[in-house]
Amino acid sequence: MRERLLLLRYVLAENPVNLVALLLLVLLLGCAAVGPALVPFDPIATETAVALQPPSALHWFGTDQLGRDVFSRVVVAARLDLAIAFAAVLLSMAVGAVIGASMGYFRGPLDTIGSRTTDVLMAFPLFVLAMGMVAALGNSVSSVVYATAVINLPFYIRLSRAEVSVRRSLGYIEAARVGGSGHARILRVFLLPNILPALVVQASVNLGWAVLNTAGLSFIGLGVRAPAPEWGIMVAEGAQFIVSGRWWIATFPGLALMLAVFCFNLLGDGLRDVVDPRTRT
Amino acid sequence: MRVLRRIGGRLLASLPALLGVVVFTFLLMRVLPGDPAVFFSSGPNAGQAEIDAVRKDLGLDRPIPEQLLRYLYDVGTGNLGRSLTTGQTVVHDLGERLPASLELTLCALVLALGLALPLGILAAVRPGSAIDHAVRMVCTLGVCVPTFVSGLLLVYVFYVQFGIAPDPTGRLDIFAASPPDITGFLLIDFALVGDWEGWQAAAAQLVLPALTMALFVLAPLARMTRASMLSVLGSDFIRTARSIGLSRWRVVAVYGLRNAILPVLTIIGIVFSTMLGANVLVEKVFSWPGIGSYALDALLASDYAPVQGFVLLMAAVFVMVNLLIDVLYGIADPRVSVA
Repeated sequence: MRERLLLLRYVLAENPVNLVALLLLVLLLGCAAVGPALVPFDPIATETAVALQPPSALHWFGTDQLGRDVFSRVVVAARLDLAIAFAAVLLSMAVGAVIGASMGYFRGPLDTIGSRTTDVLMAFPLFVLAMGMVAALGNSVSSVVYATAVINLPFYIRLSRAEVSVRRSLGYIEAARVGGSGHARILRVFLLPNILPALVVQASVNLGWAVLNTAGLSFIGLGVRAPAPEWGIMVAEGAQFIVSGRWWIATFPGLALMLAVFCFNLLGDGLRDVVDPRTRT
Repeated sequence: MRVLRRIGGRLLASLPALLGVVVFTFLLMRVLPGDPAVFFSSGPNAGQAEIDAVRKDLGLDRPIPEQLLRYLYDVGTGNLGRSLTTGQTVVHDLGERLPASLELTLCALVLALGLALPLGILAAVRPGSAIDHAVRMVCTLGVCVPTFVSGLLLVYVFYVQFGIAPDPTGRLDIFAASPPDITGFLLIDFALVGDWEGWQAAAAQLVLPALTMALFVLAPLARMTRASMLSVLGSDFIRTARSIGLSRWRVVAVYGLRNAILPVLTIIGIVFSTMLGANVLVEKVFSWPGIGSYALDALLASDYAPVQGFVLLMAAVFVMVNLLIDVLYGIADPRVSVA
C-alpha cells in the first residue's frame, strides 16, 4: 500500500498533467455529489421574466429560454451524466471481463465465434447501434445505460481475452491447477485479479466515451428527457438560439462535456503510467 | 487476376457479417415499442378491424421466424420495404439521400487527412519541438469536443459573429437553383454542367459540417501518422537514404511516408465507421438532408423499414470501404498482396 502511494506521488510529481486530471476528477465528482445542494438556483424552476439573459454576476452562465439558471443546471447535470457513464462502464466491464476471460481460458469453438462477433461489433458504427438499442428498449435512462454498456462490451471482451490467453499457461496457473483448483476458482482467484489493472485503464478511457455517447443520444432526443438537467439536452435546447447569437445556453454545457471527457482521457493515460510503467511515454 | 480473386474472397468473407447485421436489425426492430399497425391506421380512434387490416397488410400477424425469412428474401431481392412516413420505398428514399451523406463524409475524410498527415509528419520530423506539442494539444482537445458542440460553436463563430459562412440549413440555399440530378453529389453535378457559382454555394454549405466531422477524427489520424512516421524515420533504410545524400524532402515524403502510411490506412476503416455514426449528429445540427436524419426521423416515428434499411446500408458501405482499404493496402505495399 505504502509503495503504491509512493508510486502515485512519483507519477503525480513527474507529470503535472496527471495532477490536472486528478483535480478535474475531484471537481466533477464534487459537482455530482454536493452540487445540487450548493447551486444558487433551482435547476428546473422556470421564471420567464428573466429568460434568455446573458451571463451576469447573478447568473454566471446566463439563463435559458425558460429563465432557468444555466450555471445551476450545468453543475447539477454532472450527477446524472456521470451516474449513467459509471453505471454503464461498470456493467460493461463486469460482463465483458467474465465473457472475455472465459473465452481466453477455455478456447475452443465458442472462442472463435465470440472473437468473430466482437470483431464485427467493434467495426460497426457504434453510435448507430446505440441509437437502435435505445429505441428498441424504450426511451428511458436505463436503456441508455444498457445501450452504452453493450457498445463498450467488445473492448473489454477483447482485452480480457488477450490478457487471459497470455496468462493461462504460465507457471502459477499450472501450479494452481496441480494444487486442485477448479476452472471457476482459477478464473476468479488467479486470473481476474491479475487482469484487473488493464481493465481499469480501459474503463477510464471508456468513461469519456460513455459520457459522449449519453450526451449524443439525449441531444437527438433519445434517453434522458427534458426538463431533467443533462448536458446533451441542454446543448440541444441551446442549439435553437445559437443562430440568434445567444451562445451561452449551448456553450457552457458543451464545455462541461468537453471537460469531463478531457479529464477521463488524461486519467486513462495517467493510470496506464501507474499500472504499466513500461509503456510510459 | 490475383487482385480480383482477393477482392472476391473478401466479399465472400464479409457475407456472414452482413447476414448477422440483417438478422440483428430485424430482431432489434421487432422488439421496438409501439405498434405500427395502430400508429398508421387512420387515427387514434380507428376500429379494431382497420388495425387488423393494416397489420395483415404489413405482415405483422405472422409468426416471427416466418417474418424473418420473408425479410431475408426481400433483402436478397433488393426490396427493403416501404417507409410508412414518406410513402416511398426505402430503397428510393435511401438512394435519394445517400449522396448527401456520402458527399459530406468523404469531404470530411479528405479534409481530415489533408490536415492530419502534414501535422503528423511535422510532429514526427521534429519530435519534442513546439510543433509536436501543439499537434498533441490539438489532438487531445479534438477528441474531447463532441461533434454537436463543435458544430454549433463553428456556426456561432463563422455564421453569427463573422457572417462569412452561409445559413447552416441543408445542402443549398433555399433560393439557389439546384443542378440537374446526375450523380446526386452536388459538387460533381455543378461541375459537370459548368455552373461554378452554384458549385461555390454548395461548397460553402459543405465547409462547416465537413470541418466539424474532420476535427473529431483528426486526433486518431494525426497520432497514428506521427507514431508510424517516427518508427519509420528511425529505421536503417532511412539512414541509408540520408547518407547517400538524398534531399530531406525526398527522404521524408517518398521513403518515409510510403512506409508509414500502412498503419494509417488501417485505422481509416475505424475512422470511417466513427464518421458514419457521427453523421447522425452532424446532420441534425446542420439540417443536412442525409440518411442519418432520415433514419432518426423514422426511428422516432417507430417506422421499422427505413431504420432496418439504414443499418443495412451502413453495414454495406462499411464492407465496401474496408475492401477499398484492403486494395489500397496492396498498392501501398506490394509485399502484402504477394503474401
